[in-house]
Amino acid sequence: MANPDSRPDSDSGPGFRTLSGIPVDSVYGDGPLPGEFPYTRGVHAEMYRSRLWTMRMFAGFGTAGDTNARFHELLRAGGTGLSTAFDMPTLMGRDSDHSWALGEVGRAGVAVDTVEDMVDLFAGIDLGAVSTSMTINGPAPILLAMYVAVAEEAGVERARLSGTLQNDILKEYQAQKEYVFPPRPSVRLVTDVIRFTTAEMPRWNPVSISGYHIREAGSTAAHELAFTLANGFAYVEAAMAAGLAVDDFAPRLSFFFNSHNDFFEEVGKFRAARRIWATWMRDRYGATDERSLKLRFHTQTAGVSLTAQQPEVNIARVALQAMAGVMGGTQSLHTDSHDEALALPSEEAARIALRTQQVIAHETGVAHVADPLGGSHYVEWMTDEMERRATDVFVHLEDLGGGSILEGVYAGIESGWFAGEIADAAYRYEREVNAGERIVVGVNAFTEGNDAERAKLLRIGQDTEDLQLKRLAGVKQARDDRAVADSLRRIVADAGDPTTNLMPALMDSVRVRTTVGEIVEALEGVFGTYVEQAVI
Amino acid sequence: MAPVADRTVPELVAAARGGELRATARLLTFVERGGDLAEQVAEATHRHVGNAHVIGLTGPPGSGKSTLTAVWTIQLAEEGRRPAVLAVDPSSPLTGGAILGDRVRMAAATAAGVFIRSMATRGHAGGLALAVPGMVRVLDIAGFDPVIVETVGVGQVEVDVTAATDTAVVVVTPGMGDAVQANKAGLLEVADLFAVNKSDRPDAVDVRRDLELMLDLSKLTGHGRPDAVARPTIVSTVATTGRGVAELADAVDSHLAALLNAGLLEARREVRRRAEVRSHLEHLVLAASAAAVEAAFGAAADAAETADEPPGVTARRLAERLLTNPGS
Amino acid sequence: MADATPVRVVLAKLGLDGHDRGLKVVARMLRDGGMEVIYLGLRQTTSSIIDAVEQEDADVVGISMLNAGHLTLGPLMVDALADAGLDVPVVIGGIVPDEDLPTLAAAGVAGVLGPGSPAADVVACVRAAVAGRGR
Repeated sequence: MANPDSRPDSDSGPGFRTLSGIPVDSVYGDGPLPGEFPYTRGVHAEMYRSRLWTMRMFAGFGTAGDTNARFHELLRAGGTGLSTAFDMPTLMGRDSDHSWALGEVGRAGVAVDTVEDMVDLFAGIDLGAVSTSMTINGPAPILLAMYVAVAEEAGVERARLSGTLQNDILKEYQAQKEYVFPPRPSVRLVTDVIRFTTAEMPRWNPVSISGYHIREAGSTAAHELAFTLANGFAYVEAAMAAGLAVDDFAPRLSFFFNSHNDFFEEVGKFRAARRIWATWMRDRYGATDERSLKLRFHTQTAGVSLTAQQPEVNIARVALQAMAGVMGGTQSLHTDSHDEALALPSEEAARIALRTQQVIAHETGVAHVADPLGGSHYVEWMTDEMERRATDVFVHLEDLGGGSILEGVYAGIESGWFAGEIADAAYRYEREVNAGERIVVGVNAFTEGNDAERAKLLRIGQDTEDLQLKRLAGVKQARDDRAVADSLRRIVADAGDPTTNLMPALMDSVRVRTTVGEIVEALEGVFGTYVEQAVI
Repeated sequence: MAPVADRTVPELVAAARGGELRATARLLTFVERGGDLAEQVAEATHRHVGNAHVIGLTGPPGSGKSTLTAVWTIQLAEEGRRPAVLAVDPSSPLTGGAILGDRVRMAAATAAGVFIRSMATRGHAGGLALAVPGMVRVLDIAGFDPVIVETVGVGQVEVDVTAATDTAVVVVTPGMGDAVQANKAGLLEVADLFAVNKSDRPDAVDVRRDLELMLDLSKLTGHGRPDAVARPTIVSTVATTGRGVAELADAVDSHLAALLNAGLLEARREVRRRAEVRSHLEHLVLAASAAAVEAAFGAAADAAETADEPPGVTARRLAERLLTNPGS
Repeated sequence: MADATPVRVVLAKLGLDGHDRGLKVVARMLRDGGMEVIYLGLRQTTSSIIDAVEQEDADVVGISMLNAGHLTLGPLMVDALADAGLDVPVVIGGIVPDEDLPTLAAAGVAGVLGPGSPAADVVACVRAAVAGRGR
């Protein structure tokens, strides 16, 4: 059986040749070439010749044990990284036994209440060998503390851990709305994580600055680009204000974009993102380390583009969107399952989605050449246009923030500007589809076949919730309540002092089996909660 | 207890006076829709009113009125009072629909048990002028006090609705030219109180100065409310932190006390009553004339009769016939 | 005049899920369909929704969820309204598999709208729900 992990080289085997045997170079065209500032054409000279993108499939449902089984399945199927989806109560920092959690435990992701759940989640997986991504924001520092605790209990020291914590709270206020505390203390938590991983976890990405959710909420491609990079600049400003040197942390900032249907718009967006980031990091924030200038990103295909009608057609959409991500030079990729407009992804659909990436990587030949679309008049124009539109947004935010992007982002959140722009774009799109100005295959055109029998869907029953509640009660029963109370007191004290990093107190607290909800409520006592300025 | 749909207006009024929110809400619906039921509600309520302090509050979009109202009403509720808010948002002129966002903007107040009723302007200013006083009466007899009528914007409708209260509060903010806009809209003439919201901004002093200046001018030129008790107070507030809200509440209470002391409250309410009679009369006459025009036009304006003369002449002839013989 | 009275809809996200794109789009569709939308937004509970229905004398409740909790939360809302003595239909928006529709209908849910439902369907579904109860 062929080994898909080894890349062919030109000295032996078929080398980088077309299907019919024509040898091809690693790049075509003039400079600046891939790997050269401003990295418009890619962050590595050889791009996928040296290393394919990470095929990182997002998974999470039910109890930790359920998701663990899916992780093992994905690793067996050739996945090279893990990505964890948490359920809604966990994302909101609430325990499974909280009244808000009713009906939501384990439904849209895995339920994690205590470090015991984290132990089960990664059972039988060598955390020193895989890279793990965790999609969590409000309570992100707590989940990171749990992950480190699990690894260390298994004998893997934290410095060896590799992975990504989403930990991007700003886009929550703008788009996804899974926030707990107000923006300023939340950004302090983000910088605490950045300081912690910078010092102790050199292989960890402390923030994944995410446009994905902004786009899913309905923004345009240009606004996804602009808001995401602005949030990135905001974290850079916050971390520098917290006393970190830009080149100490910036190399570990990573990004997460959406790949939607308009192929060339997406490619232009990815290319513009790299160019803007490199230029701003060098010229505005004074970064000199090349790694600080290189924008690395994960891509997920656009969940919102999937249709419930003729769901198999989604396989084609996902393939084309994934192709745009690869042409745009992504470092890792999640492909959506075609049944996601109907329910949580089934195992079969998740496998087809992963196979789609493997077809692109190993059969199409697009990975042989870096930035294969570079030099196309249209693609270069689109790249410039994306940059121009993003720049308009940066100028607006600087105005709002009196010269500071961080302050501008706060102002835009508090006034509802971001949410308003996103809602307007979402409604414009719906109207266009409604009016038939935009064709969506199977929805407003080519609808024959919509009644076809549907595949088996994944269901999460009420028994998951019951099981998780029993488990949580058991952990609470067995732990040392006094140690929990002591650890919470320390968290409150440390939270009250903005110069103290909260991570050590969180680490100690999760080890004595304090729950996510208990820690979040303690922090709410200090930070307060956030109520958005609703824009409809 | 029978569902509200199965009860008569007098039964609902009795229940509303006993504090039943659902009955109150249904009566508000009847008044808002207008017509026979609205008249029945008016009949059953008008003798019981007069206990609520009716406050009008308006200001441009984005001035933080809702946040201010939320903080204010929460404080009132904590003091043991029963505030109600009638929040008016514009309807879409094209579709007649509306998105009423005041409950979400005042989420903290709804959570604290403050009664909030959202209403849309439903297209025509006249309808609002008819409905609002009737709805205020329903809230009054249901035991709410104060009743705050909140409108958005600085158009003529907002001015009229705000003016038709015991105490009119106008919210302005720094940096948006609000004071000037308010002046142009005629809000200066009706305001008993100004709240300069977001007054933690550096340019808040400018707004205050603009307002003082314009008030000086209006005094010189003889504008301003004839039934004003004093030069309007200007209160600085920061709704997001609650700063100045207690002062605003005090100023509003003082205004009511001053009206009572000067014997002006009843006078003001009498003016309001007369204005309401006028609104109803206008509404009735307009409706009748519309019907009459329809009838006259349908009967007389056929092609044979009008082809040879200019449209204006035809209209005059029809109007003369209509006015000299209104019964036909 | 009474015939022209706009339908009053209370729109809310029930539960923790913060995805409000669909709810906002639906709010605008209903406004453009001539209805009055009392928008409650995120993280509402059955009791906050009931308060709104009561005070606003709403004709219909629309709740949205993208978290696969519809089988729990939909009937919960219907029952809570019934327990409060409010005869107000409930329409659900979100990802609801077809096979769940009979269960939801049996539980008293008056209508279900999936993602990407056209404006005409959204307005018609809410109208039908209201007509089903009488006003």
